[in-house]
Amino acid sequence: MNQLIRILEGFGSTIQLLLRAASYAPTLPRQFGRFVEQCYVIGYTTLPIVAILSFFIGSVLALQAGYSMQNFGAKQFIGSLVGLSMARELGPVMVAILLAGRVGSAITAELASMKVYQEIDALVTMNIPPARMLVMPRLAAALVMVPVLAIIANLVGWFGGAIVSKYTDFIAIDPPAYFAALRRFMEFEDVLNGLIKAEVFGFGVVLVCCNIGLNTRGGPREIGAAVTKAVVTSLILILVLDYFVTKALM
Amino acid sequence: MSSAPANLTRNPFTESETPAVGVTVEHLSKKFGTFEVLKDISFTVAPGEIFVLMGPSGSGKSVLLKHIVGLELPTSGKVTVDGKDAASEQTREEVRMALVFQAGALFNSMSVYDNLALYLREHRIANEAGIKEKVMRALQILSLEAAAKKFPSELSGGMKKRVAIARSLVTEPQLMLYDEPTSELDPVMAATIAEIIATLKEQYHVTTIVVSHDRDLALNIADRVGILMGGKLVSLGPPSELKTPKDPRVADFLNPIIDLKNPRFKQLEN
Repeated sequence: MNQLIRILEGFGSTIQLLLRAASYAPTLPRQFGRFVEQCYVIGYTTLPIVAILSFFIGSVLALQAGYSMQNFGAKQFIGSLVGLSMARELGPVMVAILLAGRVGSAITAELASMKVYQEIDALVTMNIPPARMLVMPRLAAALVMVPVLAIIANLVGWFGGAIVSKYTDFIAIDPPAYFAALRRFMEFEDVLNGLIKAEVFGFGVVLVCCNIGLNTRGGPREIGAAVTKAVVTSLILILVLDYFVTKALM
Repeated sequence: MSSAPANLTRNPFTESETPAVGVTVEHLSKKFGTFEVLKDISFTVAPGEIFVLMGPSGSGKSVLLKHIVGLELPTSGKVTVDGKDAASEQTREEVRMALVFQAGALFNSMSVYDNLALYLREHRIANEAGIKEKVMRALQILSLEAAAKKFPSELSGGMKKRVAIARSLVTEPQLMLYDEPTSELDPVMAATIAEIIATLKEQYHVTTIVVSHDRDLALNIADRVGILMGGKLVSLGPPSELKTPKDPRVADFLNPIIDLKNPRFKQLEN
């Protein structure tokens, strides 16, 4: 019962934080420097690992699909399978998971440290709302950069699949044929739905990580615990949201 | 050193004067779960006064201070600053209060200069040239000009406290609160901080509340001293009363005798 109450309290405080941060959205132009800094942190620094992992996810997907589909004479559809899988599901989910592990953990660590060492209290006494200075720029940056990361994940994943399809003996499909198959079954809506999912996941991850950081109490051990809690909660959130958003977009 | 309270607070940057603010605590109680930290506390702080709140560790002094700046909400009772509810966000906009935290609470990702400039930038009080003027003036008052480009991790304990005081000064406060300002400092630096607090009060007549268990600080700079024990206000009066306290608990707190034959921690065990 206590666990359920804690979950409900966490949900409630997250919604309250969202509403407070959203109320400060008109101040974004004044905080352009912070916004750009967060775009750099969320987008630019996450880009290399997104690209690397996308390449290998696309590659493995093509490899596994080719291995199975050769028995059914369906190798020519590998491009479609990799393309749709990356665009509709794997790209957004992978980007969100990477965001949670790389950026979300750092956000929680920073805000939790500020909370524990009374920097948040200092902001409040100076009449500087933490939701305005620390949360809103991060949420705005997530809205801008996560779809960019998802697009890059898709492109690199498709490319990885194309490389594997060409150079694997039992697949041996040239890139033109691969991409022709991808285009045949891919619609703009598939890519758009994937970007919407990525946006929802990324926004949720940043919001949850900010809230957990700002509500940390205690010392260094609790900061570490908060980071773990933020990453785990984010991963669960991604998978739960994945089901509901996918269903809503169908 | 002490001086009579004044009715006007002088701005350290513009020399303009505004009415000094008073603080009233009425039947304040605070519970964390079942643990009652503060029990029916009532007192007032006159405008322009230095009020020192003393007490043993864990007596609720810092919790009480947090109620005055609105960082904690009462379980029952009321705290008002200049007649306005301290728990209200509106009060923080109308009354300029500054709290110097025990460990300074400096923003570790910012230099000393940016720590002081943050308030001015966020509230768009001046352009960068004006901000630089105010920040350097505040640093000059605390003799910290050379530390402007340093980061908090590069500062000594005493310097951190002084930077925290300077950061509070740029907000042009009508009410200054200090949480254990001399803790973790050597005797000379503790005396320096006490002198700074008193000098700021003398020059700018800002109402000052200091939470401390530093007896020398209380004796030398307070207009009045309150002593908190077990969440209750057990003593309230001028510093002269501290020299001959009537309450034996207060006498023991202010002048503890070290008894090696019958140590206190053994008495607690029994």
